[in-house]
Amino acid sequence: MEKIISRPWSWSWLAAALTFAITSALTDGSGAGALAYAALSFGAFAAIVGLGQMIVITLGPGNVDLSIPAVMTLSGTLALKAMGSEPGTAMLGLGVAVLVGLGTGAANFALIYALRLPPIVATLAASLVYQSIAIWSNRGLRIKPPAGLADFATGRVLGVPNVALVGLALAIVVWIALERSVWGRWLLASGQNLRAARLAGVPVETVRASAYVTVTVLASVAGYLLASFSGGAALNMGQDYLLMSIAVVVIGGTSIAGGLSNVPGVWGAALFMFLVVSMLNSYGAGAGVRMVLTGLIIIGIVIAASTKRARK
Amino acid sequence: MQQSAFEQDAPIVALTDVAKHFGAVRALDGVDLEIRPGECLGLVGHNGAGKSTLVNVVNGGVAPTAGAVAFPASGAAAALSAGVRSVFQELSLCPNLTVAENLRISHAALKGPGWRRAARAEIGQSLDAVFPGHGIEADATVDILSIAERQMVEIAIGFADRGAEARLVILDEPTSSLDAGIAEQLMAHIRRFCEGGGAVIFISHMLGEIFAVASRILVMKDGKVVADRAAPDFTRQGLVDAMGHVAGDATHERGDQTRSLGEEVVHTPQGLSARRGEVVGLSGLAGHGQARALAQLYLGTTSSWRATGRPQMVFVAGDRTRDGILPLWSILRNASISILSETAKWGLVDREVETRNAEKWKRRIGIRTDDMNNPVLSLSGGNQQKVLFARALASSAPVVVMDDPMRGVDVGTKQDVYAMIRAEAASGRTFLWYSTETEEVCQCDRVFVFRNGRISAELTGAELTEERILEASFEMQEA
Repeated sequence: MEKIISRPWSWSWLAAALTFAITSALTDGSGAGALAYAALSFGAFAAIVGLGQMIVITLGPGNVDLSIPAVMTLSGTLALKAMGSEPGTAMLGLGVAVLVGLGTGAANFALIYALRLPPIVATLAASLVYQSIAIWSNRGLRIKPPAGLADFATGRVLGVPNVALVGLALAIVVWIALERSVWGRWLLASGQNLRAARLAGVPVETVRASAYVTVTVLASVAGYLLASFSGGAALNMGQDYLLMSIAVVVIGGTSIAGGLSNVPGVWGAALFMFLVVSMLNSYGAGAGVRMVLTGLIIIGIVIAASTKRARK
Repeated sequence: MQQSAFEQDAPIVALTDVAKHFGAVRALDGVDLEIRPGECLGLVGHNGAGKSTLVNVVNGGVAPTAGAVAFPASGAAAALSAGVRSVFQELSLCPNLTVAENLRISHAALKGPGWRRAARAEIGQSLDAVFPGHGIEADATVDILSIAERQMVEIAIGFADRGAEARLVILDEPTSSLDAGIAEQLMAHIRRFCEGGGAVIFISHMLGEIFAVASRILVMKDGKVVADRAAPDFTRQGLVDAMGHVAGDATHERGDQTRSLGEEVVHTPQGLSARRGEVVGLSGLAGHGQARALAQLYLGTTSSWRATGRPQMVFVAGDRTRDGILPLWSILRNASISILSETAKWGLVDREVETRNAEKWKRRIGIRTDDMNNPVLSLSGGNQQKVLFARALASSAPVVVMDDPMRGVDVGTKQDVYAMIRAEAASGRTFLWYSTETEEVCQCDRVFVFRNGRISAELTGAELTEERILEASFEMQEA
């Protein structure tokens, strides 16, 4: 038990379980199944973008990708446009989304590397361009996803939402990459001390580039799934995911100082973030109160988790 | 210096049966120690013998597990108010602040308008007193200073007024990054300071320095004091024996002179070159471009974009915290980072090879830990340096670049590493080795002496003597 508590990811799961218990207690447990289903569905999108953000944040202080919302919007918009509601085009749409991810990630890193812009500025500025391209290509049309794809995105297998299964699969891939692969070691080394990593023979620029491309590819996949899930792309569909992607990383126990990442924690935190909002909703809190309380709860969790780690 | 401020006979600090345990590790195991005004205590022992822990107990940095620490001379309860100052081997200045601002951190009385002027004057005075002709600006930010200059600033802060008199200054390996001339100035200042009634604890792995400055020598081994006598009662050999390591006096035994070397494998526009199987030394006064030449060579040869299966060159850092250690990781992961691309299967880390590598190097280079999965920061400074050696030597790279890698490494380990370097060179590896210790450089096959960022001399064979190196370091004009 002691060993489990001391793991940084346990906090986000503990918080998620607690919030879940409080919320379902209000409905005498009758809505518990539906609540869990909704949390898994909506949490999946936050988890997918959170995994990407985590990889970038692991690179160390100053590394963050603020273009996630714009990339999600652009990928959702272009993928749906390419598919044009035609049946059997789901893979084409996915291909478009991945290409959008590769392109935006390469552009972001080009700005960071060639122009030596701080990542915050580079990704924020680039996101204006991506958002504009999305607006220009969308032109107010709302294209529906192909029926098969929409069914998949809202469907379930063995009672678990399909999007959650995709999110889980992606989390496993990221976990293997970080914990078992040479690339993961290189990433963690670069995040601890970039200069020392370079002098130890780590190809640090390749590592940084791949991190910035991975985050946009994951954001694109999330955008593609979200657009299919909600029946079409909207220009503000990525909006919530800017703060969300960073919050799930921090609550999940990944170190902002770099060099330490935490895959299970991201999933726990994604569930927690959804559950907090639905808990406050079910207690009838208004929008303003809800946001204040959400903020305070996040701060509390981060403090609790970090003091625990400091004592260790 | 006010002689009257010291009560002549009361010790400045008195330790009674002090012990400090870190988990199962007994870093200190029952130490009694008194230091009186006017004494210069030389503290020697291997890496991990407990020297750093002992000084941390004296300066209040760690609380002892058992035993008592008292400051009878001043009657103070805490080390700081008793006038105990520490200068650490790990450089602890804030790199983004100026020299004067760094003084302010340990001198809380400097405040109000104009504190910067007072700080500038104080640090300037102290630098002038310890290192006449130092050439360090009080307004320079620390990150533009060389590692030797930083160490000088740190020493000067240790001896500075800071509102209350320094009674006991602890110097932990102060000379390891200083060249001979600067170290000599420090020695002279320590003697003056002790004559004036101050006391010094001086830790060094260079026995010559200990004999030059210490009035009393304390030898530590495995957390215990094994010898504590006046300095003249020790001989060099006796001291080494007391430390419990057999170090041959064969420092000048160079490898087989007639050994044929291979083709040239390194050549820089600056004129630095090395052949296969050669040990090439870089020497000269500290901060004259040796470290930069090596960094340029390494960064120019290897790529930030591509990692080949077999690296062309590996680097052993001397500035551990800046260039070497990955602080969040275990010893094992630190030791294996440079061999990952060679041993990986399908891009995945082969953890069996990794564990075998760690065990092999733990044995070969004697890393003092019971488990290689312990965090690397649980090791003492010298042992961390061994991990960096292991990291480089474990790879199959044909060229090894070493940037003053022996800082904080004890005499016994140095001998082991020298032997290892000779053996590796004999099997065809090339070493480029920058060292601030002339004695070390004299073991190389060939030496380039640097002055003002340029190579001022290339010495081989019989020309390779300490005198010639010093000559080339100081020469004012090209002949």
